[in-house]
Amino acid sequence: MQPWDQVFVILKHWLVNHSPTATQPAISILLSILPILLVFPILFAFTTVLERKGLGRIQNRYGPNRVGPLGILQPLADAIKSLTKEDIVPSSADPAVHFLAPLVLLAVAFLPYAVLPIGRNMIAANLDAGVLFFFAIGAISELSVFMAGWSSRNKYSLLGAMRAVAQMISYEVPLLLSSIAVIMAAGSLSTVEIVEKQSGFSGIFPHWYVLTPWGFAGFILFMIAATAETNRSPFDLPEGESEIIAGYYIEYSGFKFALFFLGEYLGMFAISGLGITLFLGGWSAPLSFLTWVPSWTWFFAKLLGLIVGFIWVRGTLPRLRMDQLMNFAWKFMLPMALVVVVSAGAWRFLPHGVTRWLVSSVFIVVSYALLARGVGTRNKIARRIYRFAE
Amino acid sequence: MLGWGIVKGFVETARNFLGSFTRKDRLVTVQFPEERLPVAEAARNFPFLIYDGVDPEEGLRCVACQICEKECPPRCIHIEKSKDKKPDFVGKQQFYPAVFDIDVSVCMSCQICVEVCPFDAIRMDNEFELSTDDRFGGLLWQKNKLSRPNDYYAAIHPTEAAEVEGRRAEEKAKAEAKKATQEPAVTK
Repeated sequence: MQPWDQVFVILKHWLVNHSPTATQPAISILLSILPILLVFPILFAFTTVLERKGLGRIQNRYGPNRVGPLGILQPLADAIKSLTKEDIVPSSADPAVHFLAPLVLLAVAFLPYAVLPIGRNMIAANLDAGVLFFFAIGAISELSVFMAGWSSRNKYSLLGAMRAVAQMISYEVPLLLSSIAVIMAAGSLSTVEIVEKQSGFSGIFPHWYVLTPWGFAGFILFMIAATAETNRSPFDLPEGESEIIAGYYIEYSGFKFALFFLGEYLGMFAISGLGITLFLGGWSAPLSFLTWVPSWTWFFAKLLGLIVGFIWVRGTLPRLRMDQLMNFAWKFMLPMALVVVVSAGAWRFLPHGVTRWLVSSVFIVVSYALLARGVGTRNKIARRIYRFAE
Repeated sequence: MLGWGIVKGFVETARNFLGSFTRKDRLVTVQFPEERLPVAEAARNFPFLIYDGVDPEEGLRCVACQICEKECPPRCIHIEKSKDKKPDFVGKQQFYPAVFDIDVSVCMSCQICVEVCPFDAIRMDNEFELSTDDRFGGLLWQKNKLSRPNDYYAAIHPTEAAEVEGRRAEEKAKAEAKKATQEPAVTK
């Protein structure tokens, strides 16, 4: 095993061994948490620049390019701005809940990282039910969104919060079902074990679940549901800047607003990290001759890749309407996710070879074609007839 | 097929993204402080006072008639008439403004002062970067700061300046002809 691969693990052990025996457990925990608390907010800062520049380029603009070389110090300026802005609490708001909402969101955004294997032997808490923990924590973010929307005492924020809760609950179902396919295939709920199951190679190609028919479909479904779950465009109805101004955080200003932003991006990274763990082989190398590269670089490379994907999606697709959102979730995503589960089961029990590829693919393709027809032909645009208003 | 339109959309945005790096004509943004578009000839922002010749005190066209001060809708002009008189371009004795102030923060760039001025003494400037860190003194422009030579006027508004110049030359010629007819009468 290469020293660079384990450099952080070795460093942590060295530091723990050189501290007084009484404080060793506390120091060990601290050293597991601290990197997460440092690395991901920094990643957030640079993602905001990347996103603004990427969206700018998609719209044939420059994007931010004033602060520092090529504008990469923009997050510093933004941080100073949000720290110096006035923090306004509406007089009719519930001050305690209004104050707690961003904190709850942030805490909830950090917790899932505990079960993400960032590299080989690099995980804060190796839980046997890691995936379950992840989804259980992820569900709390809905609570914080609703806290924000409710406590602001603003009709738009309440509308935004209601939209957010409706959307998050609807999309949690396909999100869970598509990860159930992976859990079935791996036979474990532990994120470490799921990654280890995918880290082998056939020839030069890895055993990632995304490289199977059901895994590919599951990955697409997972990422669509993850986009909805993190309230990102095209599923940004809860924010809906052009409809309900900023949704549930309309009454937040200054650093609380920045905390919401941070929480949202951390949630996006966490769910991308889970997508990587479940479908893209976690920290494992994409080709067998690339295993000399440290495992944690692969995790972050994949994470950056998914972030770029998110930005690309945001730059391309317009926001959905509420009925389209719900139709898509319940009439397309849910049946499709169930088919993926069945297809993964067929894959598991059929012998290795062309047959299982064929069977698994036929399941996916046929159901996609049938379901897509249902989604596409419904609701033809027609002249609206008013019966009473004429 | 569901999803085909989405794929086409992704191709389109990717083309935009990559094109913005390779093709200059895609990025239409003018990076303002470094790059500037030429200002249109009719652009106007804030009035200035014209003087002939080289000395702003001597050649100022303004005769302190105070029409602009009275017409100014937001009342940003303040004029104090002089006690003595000095000859204008045709040789007639005229007052001149002892004080001529315009408040930058009050002026609304309406050009009414320019339209009412019978002496072509006040015109609009196209200078638009007037911000200052001195909130009180820096925004009240005195006579010396408002004065600009006639050449400057001809440079920023050439068509308008040529028309004014022609009219003034005609007026001057008429005045001189009148003087020439009057003078022999005086000597008789």
